[in-house]
Amino acid sequence: MKGRSIEPFFWSLFSSGGMLCAMVLPAVAAILWIAIPLGWIAAPNHESLVALVAHPIIRLALFGLVALGAFHWGHRFRFTLYDGLQLKHLFGLIAAVCYGTATALTVLAAYVLWTL
Amino acid sequence: MNPEYRLYHPKWYRRRIPIFWWLKKLAYLKFVLRELTSLAVVYAVVLLLLQLVALSRGEAAYARFLDLLGRPGFLAIHTLVLLGLVFHTVTWLNLAPRALVLRLRGKKVPDRFILAGHYLGWLAVTLLIVWGLVGR
Amino acid sequence: MAASNQDQANETISLEVFRYRPEEEDEPSWQSYEVPFRPDWVVLDALNYVKDEIDGTLSYRWSCRMGVCGSCGMMINGEPKLTCAAFLRDYYPKPIRIEPLTYFPVIRDLVINMDGFLDKLDSVQAWLIPKEEKPVSEGEYLQSPAELAKFKKFSMCINCMLCYSACPVVGHIPGFLGPAAIALAQRYNYDSRDGGADERAETLFSHEGIWECTFVGDCSHVCPKDVDPAGAIQRYKVKATTEWYKSLLLPRGRR
Repeated sequence: MKGRSIEPFFWSLFSSGGMLCAMVLPAVAAILWIAIPLGWIAAPNHESLVALVAHPIIRLALFGLVALGAFHWGHRFRFTLYDGLQLKHLFGLIAAVCYGTATALTVLAAYVLWTL
Repeated sequence: MNPEYRLYHPKWYRRRIPIFWWLKKLAYLKFVLRELTSLAVVYAVVLLLLQLVALSRGEAAYARFLDLLGRPGFLAIHTLVLLGLVFHTVTWLNLAPRALVLRLRGKKVPDRFILAGHYLGWLAVTLLIVWGLVGR
Repeated sequence: MAASNQDQANETISLEVFRYRPEEEDEPSWQSYEVPFRPDWVVLDALNYVKDEIDGTLSYRWSCRMGVCGSCGMMINGEPKLTCAAFLRDYYPKPIRIEPLTYFPVIRDLVINMDGFLDKLDSVQAWLIPKEEKPVSEGEYLQSPAELAKFKKFSMCINCMLCYSACPVVGHIPGFLGPAAIALAQRYNYDSRDGGADERAETLFSHEGIWECTFVGDCSHVCPKDVDPAGAIQRYKVKATTEWYKSLLLPRGRR
């Protein structure tokens, strides 16, 4: 089975990222970026948020969310560019840009959450 | 037939695929819109990361970030992002029964149970996040 | 009642048909035919009327005219359909545009070349590779209804290739195995009598195997036999991924 194609690895990141983001992101976006800025919900105070993200489990969860979300996008967008724009001849370049950006975001997330 | 002859057979007509193939059929357009929700996903995780950075820089920096979020331009963008995220979730969960086929005592679990299970999971996670963030 | 039947007997519908005669022209053209409109006619009946009464030079495939042989697939107003299953009354009074199945090379008129598809079927070994070879004297391979239920849906495929014409990936990447080939591979993978999953994996796991599929889902939508090839492919992706991780993380002996 192994050595045939590296695709299963990227697909597993895509599908787990897709499921995680599907479950979590709508609520996060609705609260943090719509409800709170519009004043529908009282903004949580700074200290309590800092305390919340200090928790190692929360940090790990946030890292997972950003990393898997980034790779979900990378994998999916790679295929969108191939098929949507019929850019198959740029196969290698597109894969490098998509997964490269995702890797960069993952590294950035690791750095941010480690030094928070 | 000799494979090489077949490949370059001069008289078989090969139709070109138009660059806007995805506008030719509603099913294709819906597919492309669904795939473009990945942009909403990556935007959301990047924004989340930026919000965490602002949080770590102290109360003043965080307050400035919140002000930015309140600007009408960002609210408009973020409404679209939220719609994209919800569209991602709904299209993703609706496809779950096609990929996850469970058998119980020799019979296939009907699609509606798989679907219900996923949507209830979404509800549960949403409530958890609300509980975690609201009233802090 | 009699008056309206009389009126209907005089009604016609227009067919706009893709013509390609390689011996006469380099580019295809369109030809319009007026055929009688009968409420019980399907597009195949209309094409047969054209061939019998108007233009005997029109070439197209058909056989059983009842939706089980898979021969008469064509594009009807841009949608891949079996012409024996597309009723004129669903299009009347607008003209009906008939073209050969997309993403296949056209040999002549509405006839496409399907060698690529047949090669793909061969490459996935869409036949039973028995777990244990048994001589006939030892009797039949036994299978319970529950075991049959696991693959029955995928066995309904009539090789009509409508799914290939629906799949944009087939169009963009001609080497892509495609919906029907993968669904048929799964039909045998899930068959309790079969032991060939590992052999098929070589082709299926390859880059142009299942991984080009982006779950557009139109293949399952156009399938006249409700095979759900999209579902077959997604399930195989899950399986291929678990196998990949297992082979990476578990030592050989314990797999």
